[in-house]
Amino acid sequence: VGALLHRRRWLTPYFLLAPGLAWLAVFFVVPMYYLANTSLQTGSLEVGYTFSWAWHNYTDAITTYHTQFVRSLEYAGIATVIALLVSYPLAYWIAFRGGRWKNLFLLLVIAPFFVTYLIRTLAWETILSDGGFVASALHHIHVLDSNGRLLATSTAVIAGITYNFLPFMVLPLYVSLEQVDERLLDAAHDLYASRIWSFLRVTLPLSLPGVFAGTLLTFIPAAGDFINAQLLGTPSQYMIGNVIQSKFLAITDYPQAAALSFVLMAAILAAVLVYARLLGTERLTG
Amino acid sequence: MTAATVAARLPHEHPMRRVLAFVRHNLLTAYAALALAYLFLPIAVVILFSFNNPAGRFNFTWEGFTLKNWADPFGVPGMQGAILVSLEIAALSCIFATALGTLIALALVRYQFRGRGVVNTLIFLPMTTPEIVLGSSLLTLFLNRNIATGFGTILIAHIMFNISYVVVTVKARLVGFDRHLEEAAMDLGANEWTTFQKVTLPLIAPGILAAGLLAFALSIDDFVITYFNAGATVTFPLFVWGAARVAVPPQINVIGTLIFVIAVGGMIVNIVFQNRRAKAAARALPAEA
Repeated sequence: VGALLHRRRWLTPYFLLAPGLAWLAVFFVVPMYYLANTSLQTGSLEVGYTFSWAWHNYTDAITTYHTQFVRSLEYAGIATVIALLVSYPLAYWIAFRGGRWKNLFLLLVIAPFFVTYLIRTLAWETILSDGGFVASALHHIHVLDSNGRLLATSTAVIAGITYNFLPFMVLPLYVSLEQVDERLLDAAHDLYASRIWSFLRVTLPLSLPGVFAGTLLTFIPAAGDFINAQLLGTPSQYMIGNVIQSKFLAITDYPQAAALSFVLMAAILAAVLVYARLLGTERLTG
Repeated sequence: MTAATVAARLPHEHPMRRVLAFVRHNLLTAYAALALAYLFLPIAVVILFSFNNPAGRFNFTWEGFTLKNWADPFGVPGMQGAILVSLEIAALSCIFATALGTLIALALVRYQFRGRGVVNTLIFLPMTTPEIVLGSSLLTLFLNRNIATGFGTILIAHIMFNISYVVVTVKARLVGFDRHLEEAAMDLGANEWTTFQKVTLPLIAPGILAAGLLAFALSIDDFVITYFNAGATVTFPLFVWGAARVAVPPQINVIGTLIFVIAVGGMIVNIVFQNRRAKAAARALPAEA
């Protein structure tokens, strides 16, 4: 093999790529084909499912579950905006004020997410529970009326989603802010720009790739999530993920579940494209 | 707010500007501190409630301090087995994904070849596809091909989603790396394999280590994709999911705390290790020159 590699050097990268790409082809690309195929099948678990170009699976899915679809996009959108507002100043502070402790602060940001996702969400269930200190405090200052709840509301679900995907927001923001050349800020200062103006005209535009990456990396998993709605909400907060998982794993209506998965993927893709167009910079994706 | 209004009434002098700068400086610091406190609040709750002595089946209200959960962390039926399954899958998927991903990263950074765009897209797509779509599409593959789900299918899934993260992590390390070092080795008569062993591999080893740790962590934490492809096999997150519906034993918090401590400890060791290497390299270079 060594001699062959030596004679045919142009083949080397393909040898390196082959095993990993084969894995992705068989277990990522091929499953997408089966998902599409399943979404057009009809039948039942007892008699088996057969492919029959059943487009009505899609129209049924959308008419029956459009509430959950809209809710998923809404919750994910709100959570993404809150995550951005929490993360940007934090990432900015670490990048510009962190000094030689930058890595330590970054570690502090990531560390909470090493506690298993489900355990973190259960901790939020404790924090937001009816007798918990947050609910008591809010009762005390009359933000929440005496029989008002925090748990089992959309606020709880959105709070959980916001928290659980926060590192996906902080890390890209940090990377883009860390790369801002401080000489540019010095130049802005020399040209009599105020600190706010130089932030708006220099730092913020330069950090936009991080904002783009961070909001996408937060929005995508948030829109497909079902754990927060399940543990912190009730069926009236259920998102499309809850419907997909119960259709696949409890009701075993595979065709409709597959159709819902495909619509979710398409909706997210559409949202991402609209967003990229709105932000107006295609170079951001690269 | 009040500081700003007070400052506005003051004449434009240097001390005032210093005060304003001080306030602004500390506002941001205070905000960052609050954000960090928010990040750690649930972790504090997890750790605190590992010492709770719950009255009922659920561990949601504080009933009193006890050490008995820590004395008997595996005293919940089924949990120890679930943890072992999780560790096995994490170790295996970490090894396979790190090997496959590192090879792809090497090809992408060090060679010119046709089809680079396709490869980049294939790496990028799994990371931007919602987990529920990844999990359910794999399940449709297994259902349609009559493959029974279980340990093997979980492992297949974990290797799949880890490859992309390994590629990205190792690539980040390879991009900043000086090709001249390899050329120098070749000029001194080393062949390609020796150069790889003696120069390339030691240089990218920290990147590979970081990628491996990331893959391990992602695997041990994964719930959604595993849930779809687990069959009757129970990993630790699946065990927690089952418990969340029936009864949440405080031992779950003990394990959560342990995972947290081990992971943070590992990361600190990694940072120290990298700092030492950097220092050693800084000391060695002037001596050689």
